[in-house]
Amino acid sequence: MAATVTPEAVEKTVVEALPQFGVDESQISRDATFEELDVDSLDLAELSQIIEDEYGVQLKGDDVGKIKTVGDAIDLVVSRAG
Amino acid sequence: MNREIVITGVGAVTPLGVGARTLYERWRAGESGIADGVGAATDFEPTEHLTVKQVRRADRFSQFAMVASDEALEEAGWKDEIPYDVDRVATLIGTGIGGIGTLEANHKLMLEKGPKAVSPLSIPLLMGNAASAAVSMRHGLRGQSFATLSACAAAAHAIGTAARMIQTGDADAVVTGGSEAALTPLATAAFAALDALSDTGVSRPFDAQRDGFVMGEGAAVLVLEEGDRARERGANILATLAGYGASSDAFHLTAPEKDGGGAVEAMQNALKDAGYGPQDVVYVNAHGTSTPLNDRAETIAIKKVLGDGVPVSSLKSAIGHLLGAAGAVEAVATILAMRDRVAPPTLNYEHPDEGLDLDYVPNEARTLDINGKKAVALSNAFGFGGHNAVLCLEVA
Repeated sequence: MAATVTPEAVEKTVVEALPQFGVDESQISRDATFEELDVDSLDLAELSQIIEDEYGVQLKGDDVGKIKTVGDAIDLVVSRAG
Repeated sequence: MNREIVITGVGAVTPLGVGARTLYERWRAGESGIADGVGAATDFEPTEHLTVKQVRRADRFSQFAMVASDEALEEAGWKDEIPYDVDRVATLIGTGIGGIGTLEANHKLMLEKGPKAVSPLSIPLLMGNAASAAVSMRHGLRGQSFATLSACAAAAHAIGTAARMIQTGDADAVVTGGSEAALTPLATAAFAALDALSDTGVSRPFDAQRDGFVMGEGAAVLVLEEGDRARERGANILATLAGYGASSDAFHLTAPEKDGGGAVEAMQNALKDAGYGPQDVVYVNAHGTSTPLNDRAETIAIKKVLGDGVPVSSLKSAIGHLLGAAGAVEAVATILAMRDRVAPPTLNYEHPDEGLDLDYVPNEARTLDINGKKAVALSNAFGFGGHNAVLCLEVA
């Protein structure tokens, strides 16, 4: 069963996932851009996999190309689930 | 070789530790990096050298190559600035298998959790060219880069091909070598199934009781430059790659020809390329795997090409068989040994085998008394598939 999608839950998932990719935890915020965090397309592919595994929400290439900030990613997942 | 190719920096990660000098000095002292029948690079802690992100983005075999390349480039004086147009600096790192650890881990994930659990990083980490890509990116080297893949001859092929790139004018300098990280359950089981591994877990090349090779892991990287260009920039020249010879047995997938076959051809080609005769060679760094077949065939090949007077030893006695990294690790150790005019030892050599009667430098290093001659050495590498690649290294 996929977990229930709430903005808080998704934010927690994302914030916990990013440090695994080598992101400095103290720099993570909703407004931080993936560019600033040195999160690239391969990291986003991994993040998408974690999201899909947890919430059953698929993020594909076009979606991922549009998101610029941590907040964008969280909002996209929440909107897709809705 | 029509243009002189010199080596200005070397680096290594091996079962004897991190660092080329560590490798050579410990081998010369008769120390072994083999424990419990395996030559693991236990001193290598990736995060001491690489960021979390770099570690995640590289299979262990690429990590080894990156760290060895840092050492080689630093020694060459390339650390702060590459002294060439980076578009003309090539990267060529050989491997026998590539990122098999990544492959196995993701295959397991797929079987246990389904295809969606497979990491998007799987392919970029496991591909055989990943180490070359990682080294090229790490140092911003924008000349051509790819991997050579010829089992246990891969690194020697890489180094020889690198020299040719400079000679033909395709590159001004090349960062080259080999890397392997195959101490995995599948690779170990597969070599064991071939009956290639030592049951006793002891690497004893040329000894009558040798019973197969001991697996090892690691990497070595060398910086190759054209001689005049290197001297112009005031580089410290460690050695000259005087010649390179390669051949194929065209005989059997795993066994060498009993009469030395293609190995003879490769050694002769390397000497001819260097413009040297058998009498010039003062030391042979043997492929010396500790398998019954290799050590006998290689002994026959060496005798055919050089006679029976030259000291011959095997680094694999101290670190095991580093497969696609072996040719580079052994070339690096040979260079440092020739600079000291030393023949490092074949460890664990106790029982002479019938017909294997070369001077294998048993158990203790020996000073080479070469009366002011150049130290000219051959470093042999032979691979499954019948691939033979030999480097002729010279230290003035």
